[in-house]
Amino acid sequence: MSELLQFTFSGLTVGAIYALVALGFTLIFNTSQVINFAQGEFVMLGGMVTVFGAAAGIPLPLAALLAVVVAVLFGVALYRFAIAPARGASPVTLIIITIGASIMMRGIAAVVFDKNFHGFASPLGDAPLKIGGAAILPQSLLVFAGVAFIVAALSIFLKRTLTGKSMLATADNPLAARLVGIDTSRMIEISFAVSATIGAVGGILATPIALTSYSTGTFLALKGFVAAMLGGMGSPLGAVIGGLLLGLIEQLGAGYLSSQYKDAIAVVVLLLVLFIRPSGLFGKAGIERV
Amino acid sequence: MRHRLFAHAYWLIGGLAIVMVLLPVMAPGAFYLRVAALVYINAIAVIGLNLLMGYAGQVSLGHAGFFGIGAYAVGLGPAVFRLPVWASLLAGVALSGVVAFIVGRPILKLRGFYLAVATLGLGLLIWMFLNNQSDLTGGPNGMQVPRLVLFGWRAVGTSTWYWISAATLLFAAYLAINLIDSPTGRAFRAIHDSEIAARVLGVDIVRYKLLVFVLSAVYAAVAGSYLALFDGFVTPDSASFLRSIEFVVMAVLGGLGSVFGSIVGAALLVVLPQALTSFHEYEEIVLGLIMIVFMIFLPAGIVPSSLARWRGRAA
Repeated sequence: MSELLQFTFSGLTVGAIYALVALGFTLIFNTSQVINFAQGEFVMLGGMVTVFGAAAGIPLPLAALLAVVVAVLFGVALYRFAIAPARGASPVTLIIITIGASIMMRGIAAVVFDKNFHGFASPLGDAPLKIGGAAILPQSLLVFAGVAFIVAALSIFLKRTLTGKSMLATADNPLAARLVGIDTSRMIEISFAVSATIGAVGGILATPIALTSYSTGTFLALKGFVAAMLGGMGSPLGAVIGGLLLGLIEQLGAGYLSSQYKDAIAVVVLLLVLFIRPSGLFGKAGIERV
Repeated sequence: MRHRLFAHAYWLIGGLAIVMVLLPVMAPGAFYLRVAALVYINAIAVIGLNLLMGYAGQVSLGHAGFFGIGAYAVGLGPAVFRLPVWASLLAGVALSGVVAFIVGRPILKLRGFYLAVATLGLGLLIWMFLNNQSDLTGGPNGMQVPRLVLFGWRAVGTSTWYWISAATLLFAAYLAINLIDSPTGRAFRAIHDSEIAARVLGVDIVRYKLLVFVLSAVYAAVAGSYLALFDGFVTPDSASFLRSIEFVVMAVLGGLGSVFGSIVGAALLVVLPQALTSFHEYEEIVLGLIMIVFMIFLPAGIVPSSLARWRGRAA
């Protein structure tokens, strides 16, 4: 029993990070139909800037804030200088642009920082807490709290603020949104900024547990993409649940079946889900117009 | 019209053949031949992927899996099953086709990004198998691949593999161009434009999607086995997610729906990193920047967008 609890804790911790990456994918996809493969780089920037900022003597909370600002600048620049100029190009072309941006951001991180793995000590300390016979790092609780806060804040932003509602309108029907006077281009830009923020926060929360390096982004983009598709592309709820599920399946699979093939188990579950529900768990079934 | 289309294709194959013959004469060293051979080998896989993505409109993010099957077949065939290398090559290509046939049926029901993630998963499964079955495949360190021997003749050396890969690429391109212009090719394009409309017109979409998926897997496996035989060893990197992405980038950069574009895309992505080594640590930054700039200014891919511009100016 304590074993199951242990795997669940670690699965939810990993899954919470995947969930944030998937949520970032979903936001950008909804407003712009772009699958942003540079999403993982925002997470990487969040971790790396915090680590190097703190090492340079900036207090940790300020370094974390700086990391979010840097990620947002990159997100907005990605939209303004790479996505917006290619307006009207096919989705595949836009995806290749985000892959190019991802390679570029990785290269910039390798030059500005270095190619080693880094972490920083959790502000809550490293002594594991005992819950029901299972050990859990205090930082994991911070990760859960952070993810819960982001989901709540995002939901309030989208449902209660004018900007959030305009973003939803842009996602729902860009033409209609423009007709009622919404600057859809601005809304897409904001969605890039919000996604970058979410990614960077994920990176900051995960770094004390998982370490970070210039190249962690690719791996996270892959996991986040799988999580988003598992949940159903376009559904923020699906993204969060998809991420948590993916983390859980990996850790339970590693614990009970095979640690070597934990990723394979996750892939098999993904394929089974897609065979039964071709639009993911919470995705809308697509209707094709002829 | 139909006649002109054919003529255009044969000019292309002929021009390509001339470049292939002239290149070894003009290249200042064996290193250049090696890079050219790598371009041809990648181009074979990318043409196959382009048939799937550019013509039939089905995205695959897992084609390195099939590439890996071909690559490991020429290593495992002789080592485990005591098969001659040429037979291992054929067996690997056949196996790749069979795997595509079996998984294609359920996977190709998925659409768009869901198909992309399912093929990504398939590629990951193949990569994980190659990476984890160390007793069989040597794990992450990879394994040695014996030389190809045909009728007592050993295929060794850069220039030998230059000619083998060049000839195969010509044949692969010829086959693809002919297929595109056949009723089958028209069925692919109808599926690309609209599956429902294609089905209403009587196109057996399940069968045609499966056919192009199997065909693209065969192209990838041929390329994979060539690379392994050329290098003399193989590692799980040949089947990695990053390589799958690389194939997609080559196809899209060069131009989806253009066989010649696939060759240009492969050339660009193989040659660029070699040319950019002088930028040292700035290499990745420049590579990413070049990809972005190309896609912004030539959004349909290098070949189709350049052709459209040129025609626009001529008219």
